[in-house]
Amino acid sequence: MAETTTFTNATQILEPFRGVKKVTIEEYFTSGHRTCQGCESALVMKLMVKAAGPRTIVLGSTGCMYVANTTYYTTPWVVPWMHTQLGSSGSAALGTAAGLKALMRKGKMKAEPINVIAFCGDGGGADMGIGAISATLTHKEYNSLILLYDNESYANTDIQISGMTPFGAHTTFSPPGRAKRIMHTRWKKNMAGMMAAGHPECRYVATVCASYAVEMMNRVRRALTIGGPTFIHSLDPCPKGWDYDPMLSHELGELAIETGLFPLYEVEDGQVRYYGKTKAIVEGRARKPVREYLLKQGRFAHFTEEDLAYFQRKVDAMWQTWEIPAVVPFKRLDATKSALGAT
Amino acid sequence: MAVATKAAPAAAEDKELLISGSEAVAEALTLADLDVVTAYPIRPYDTVMQAIAKKIANGQLVAEYIVAEGEHSQFEIVKHASTVGARVFCGSSGVGWAYAMECLVVTPPLRVPMVCLVGNRALDDPGAFGVEHNDALFVRDLGWMLCWIDSSQEALDTTLIAYRVAEDRRIFLPCAISADGAFLTHSQALTLVPPKEKVDTFLPRYNRGDLLLHPDNPITVAPQANEDWVIEIRRQNDEAMKRASTVIEEAYADFRRVFGRAPDNPWFEEYMTQDAEVVLVGMGTISLPIKVAIREMRAKGKKVGLVRLRWFRPFPTEKLVAALSKAQAIGVIDRDYSMGSPFMSGVVANEIRAAMYNADRRPPLLSFISGLGGREVTLEDVYKATEMCYGAAKAGRSDAKTHWLGVRD
Repeated sequence: MAETTTFTNATQILEPFRGVKKVTIEEYFTSGHRTCQGCESALVMKLMVKAAGPRTIVLGSTGCMYVANTTYYTTPWVVPWMHTQLGSSGSAALGTAAGLKALMRKGKMKAEPINVIAFCGDGGGADMGIGAISATLTHKEYNSLILLYDNESYANTDIQISGMTPFGAHTTFSPPGRAKRIMHTRWKKNMAGMMAAGHPECRYVATVCASYAVEMMNRVRRALTIGGPTFIHSLDPCPKGWDYDPMLSHELGELAIETGLFPLYEVEDGQVRYYGKTKAIVEGRARKPVREYLLKQGRFAHFTEEDLAYFQRKVDAMWQTWEIPAVVPFKRLDATKSALGAT
Repeated sequence: MAVATKAAPAAAEDKELLISGSEAVAEALTLADLDVVTAYPIRPYDTVMQAIAKKIANGQLVAEYIVAEGEHSQFEIVKHASTVGARVFCGSSGVGWAYAMECLVVTPPLRVPMVCLVGNRALDDPGAFGVEHNDALFVRDLGWMLCWIDSSQEALDTTLIAYRVAEDRRIFLPCAISADGAFLTHSQALTLVPPKEKVDTFLPRYNRGDLLLHPDNPITVAPQANEDWVIEIRRQNDEAMKRASTVIEEAYADFRRVFGRAPDNPWFEEYMTQDAEVVLVGMGTISLPIKVAIREMRAKGKKVGLVRLRWFRPFPTEKLVAALSKAQAIGVIDRDYSMGSPFMSGVVANEIRAAMYNADRRPPLLSFISGLGGREVTLEDVYKATEMCYGAAKAGRSDAKTHWLGVRD
């Protein structure tokens, strides 16, 4: 059987929801989970699969959204769901998509576009699973979405540092002490920017926040419609890990965007498009000071003015010196210096 | 198959090809209409992936061929492809197999009937491409069916049998076929390749049934079970492994009916054991030098035989005990090690000791370790082991030690 090397797979065409009143009422993630009060990630799961619809398979790597979501006999998943290993969200998406594709093109299964979504937490995705996700984003012949729900720590195992934990945050692996006020000195990885920059044939990468639910669902729908492997990074406030009143989850999500700390954007076929309040920042609206965001959270309660100022400078740099503000952290050489060939 | 080194007469419709063990597996996979395969390079198993790549490039096999970025992903990808109903193949060697360990652990409880080729290789460090069996043996307690083969023909036939057994709804467990690195993965022999029609008679399509992950069958797979259910799930796996004994015997009988070849005893090959005073035991291609040595020794009047163990999991306890308890002494030659284990023996020796514990007649058992890292097992090594077994037979007891053969002092 002769075949071309580029095999296009059909996808479901999921038009964006035009406003909250147009969102479908069916739920595919319902009761039966036991996440914490105020858990934003559970909301992300609900919105993610609501956006995807019933002809969807979801794979979940180890983390809160596995352990707290799927107790035997009480699954909240209405669509088929399967656990995958902590570092395997990329492989789970790829394997499921490849299995479906093989069976459909060989006539062993009814051919139809089935959404394949694999989710991972920040530990499973940005730490352990980054290699497999990266590989999957190069396999353009298989349709899948990898959604990183980032609550900025290993929250299921008692709140430990991940590569996505913000600078200085108090976790059980980075407790502030008398000799060291700041145990965690690393800056958070830029996952969406890295995935977009590093995988030229991945057609769609986006950042989302469930504080903006319709916008978030529409990014999921776009990712599934466009085809090939796609990636979405969701920032999820976590009352337990961030130490705040559960009623503030929605507000903290908004503040993460309004302070410019977490930009909302999508990269489609290499073009960056800011959206929501991030777009307003790009167009000139002032960013709120990061202290408004940080001081609402117990994990930063040990911060001094010096720490707050450092944090603010780092966020300012994202917006003032990055080649593509808050997306790609490269800077051009100073024009006059480069003209002189100075090093 | 009384003498595995001689090929069965070719049926008219069989093709006869000069191919290596790895290539023979690739022939079987083509006949089995494999759906998804994942590759990652490590010697020596990777020859099978090279052979499959050629088949796909030439259009002889239509399958998703994914080159993964490491063995962990390699095994996870096919695990997931299997859950949506695809027939899958994977494989590795040595530390590559170890790198996939997490995925190897979860495959049996997920009841994924993956078939793998382990091209047995020493576990680096120090660097070594040669054969040792410790890689495949990592998973011996975890619900994998494990077998060892010693010829290209057996590689092809066992691959078809492995799918038939693994994908049987009574089983749904993964199966790893072990082929000694270099000695079998890279060595060519004349091999009969049956026609596709016969394979279709023998091997039904993989049917995932009620475990299929599909929007029409919205199930939740592998939730948090904890102390509420884990022990029951382990027990189910254990029952499946028990049933495998029956299903393997059925599969070999059916294979014989369809293809006109296959041993009467699937579990182990007996070579000149009928009247044997000393029976040597081993797995894989170690059979070749042992058989030569046995013929030489028999020419000098020593009645020596070989039991070449094919299936290690499930372990053929009763049949093996029956075969071995007739001997005056047993010599187990392990191509593996189990450091700190009882008598510091190899894995096979200790398994057989355990199996013999309740036997009415327990001949002295001597344990040998040989051929590690791919070192040749020589005729001299076999003669030496046999002499020691005769000594134990005469004394009526074993020395309860483990002897390393062919090691520099």
